[in-house]
Amino acid sequence: MPVGSQALEHQHIVRAFDEELSRLKSAIVEMGGLAERQVADAVRALAERDVDLAAKVIETDRRVDELEERIDQDAIKLLALRQPMAIDLRLIAMALKITNDLERMSDYAVSIAKRSQRLAELPELRPMQQLPRIGQTCLSMVKDVLDAYVERNPDKATAVWHRDRDVDEQYTSLFRELVTYMLEDPRTISTCIDLLFIAKNLERIADHATNIAEKIVYIIHGTEINRPRHEVE
Amino acid sequence: MAAISTAVPTAVHAAHAAPKVKSSIRKLNFFYGHTQALKNIEMDIYEHAVTALIGPSGCGKSTLLRCFNRMHDLTPHTRYEGEIRLYPDDVNIVSPDVDPIEVRMRISMVFQKPNPFPKSIYENVAYGLRVRGVKARSELDGRVEAALRGAALWDEVKDRLQEPGTALSGGQQQRLCIARALATDPEIVLFDEPTSALDPIATASIEDLIISMAGSVTVLIVTHNMQQAARVSSYTAFMYLGELVEYGPTNELFTRPREQKTSDYLTGRFG
Repeated sequence: MPVGSQALEHQHIVRAFDEELSRLKSAIVEMGGLAERQVADAVRALAERDVDLAAKVIETDRRVDELEERIDQDAIKLLALRQPMAIDLRLIAMALKITNDLERMSDYAVSIAKRSQRLAELPELRPMQQLPRIGQTCLSMVKDVLDAYVERNPDKATAVWHRDRDVDEQYTSLFRELVTYMLEDPRTISTCIDLLFIAKNLERIADHATNIAEKIVYIIHGTEINRPRHEVE
Repeated sequence: MAAISTAVPTAVHAAHAAPKVKSSIRKLNFFYGHTQALKNIEMDIYEHAVTALIGPSGCGKSTLLRCFNRMHDLTPHTRYEGEIRLYPDDVNIVSPDVDPIEVRMRISMVFQKPNPFPKSIYENVAYGLRVRGVKARSELDGRVEAALRGAALWDEVKDRLQEPGTALSGGQQQRLCIARALATDPEIVLFDEPTSALDPIATASIEDLIISMAGSVTVLIVTHNMQQAARVSSYTAFMYLGELVEYGPTNELFTRPREQKTSDYLTGRFG
């Protein structure tokens, strides 16, 4: 078992520190839950042309921002008052970065929701059906990476990290299809541009899930995920 | 298609020359009567660097530090086994054949509580030099000034060198003891909890001094304050129950320790 995951099972001598750390962790889980819900709802709002659901996604953004601010303040307070070391230091430093990833995810979900409201008023294009598929892949990555965070499971995080390539491939394939559409019928350009941005947003959401996966591995092992050779070159 | 590179990355650490070893501890055991206080310690101390020894009370860190200037010789029923080799001449300083006075000329020590001699500021610093046979007034003056400057105390005491050392503040007294330790141009300076009796400002000035000293001498410091070890040292050793548990660059030890015991101690989960 890695040094990191064992250490987290032991209690601190100063019990108040344990409570503060567990409060920090649950705030991140809460924020992650909100961002995950936003991504899920944005994808559904797009597929089902549900403008009310899209409005709900946009509304949630404020709560995510508030949580981000609270977590950042708590993390900085812990750094200043507890002078954490080793796994505690990694956990708190990564809390600051993970909230940033979650906040970006939430923003992308809002952006998708806004575009879905506009698209709901336009005729449906065939590539639109592909988007929910990418959306599902992204969503499963977000869900699994949050589970990996809760469970402190570096293997699960690494598995999420490897799935980023699937999303990249789906995005590239959709990108080609949209370009073909636009060339064939310039009247679809405005819709296609919206779809393209949505696809890009989903791809970015998957990137942030991947970032969080890397941070989970760093928290537990204190090392970076080793990139396979073909990705480094 | 670009050809796949088959180049293997060359060793990046080759750019940094390996630090020079000032002293090597080899299979060191130490006994207080029947109690074994140090167990098979193996460790290299790097030249012109600060090395911190940390660990809970009773882990052996002060015992190890005291071996370096043969402080235990005065305690009855103690016994050394193994070696502490001091370079460049490769002498085993814990060998009974080596004169402890010679060792203390080369390795000086600063203690927890400032302990100036009941003499003037000047005489406190000149003491070790006089013991070594330095008599010429001009040489004494020059070396006392250099040591006081080295301990960042000169500007505060240059006009009152004949006042008693005990008249200084706690932080100044500790810096006087550091000046006394530096006066004989030691190769290694040992610090045993040098700031635990000082306020935070005096502590900061001693820490600053220790860091700046490392350019010219090798420093070994025992501290209960982990943040202090993190702030002043380049290498840290974690000891527990007389054993060396983990030893490495301070930065790595404090961010990602390899051993569970080290991690538990650093994060305050001990026991």
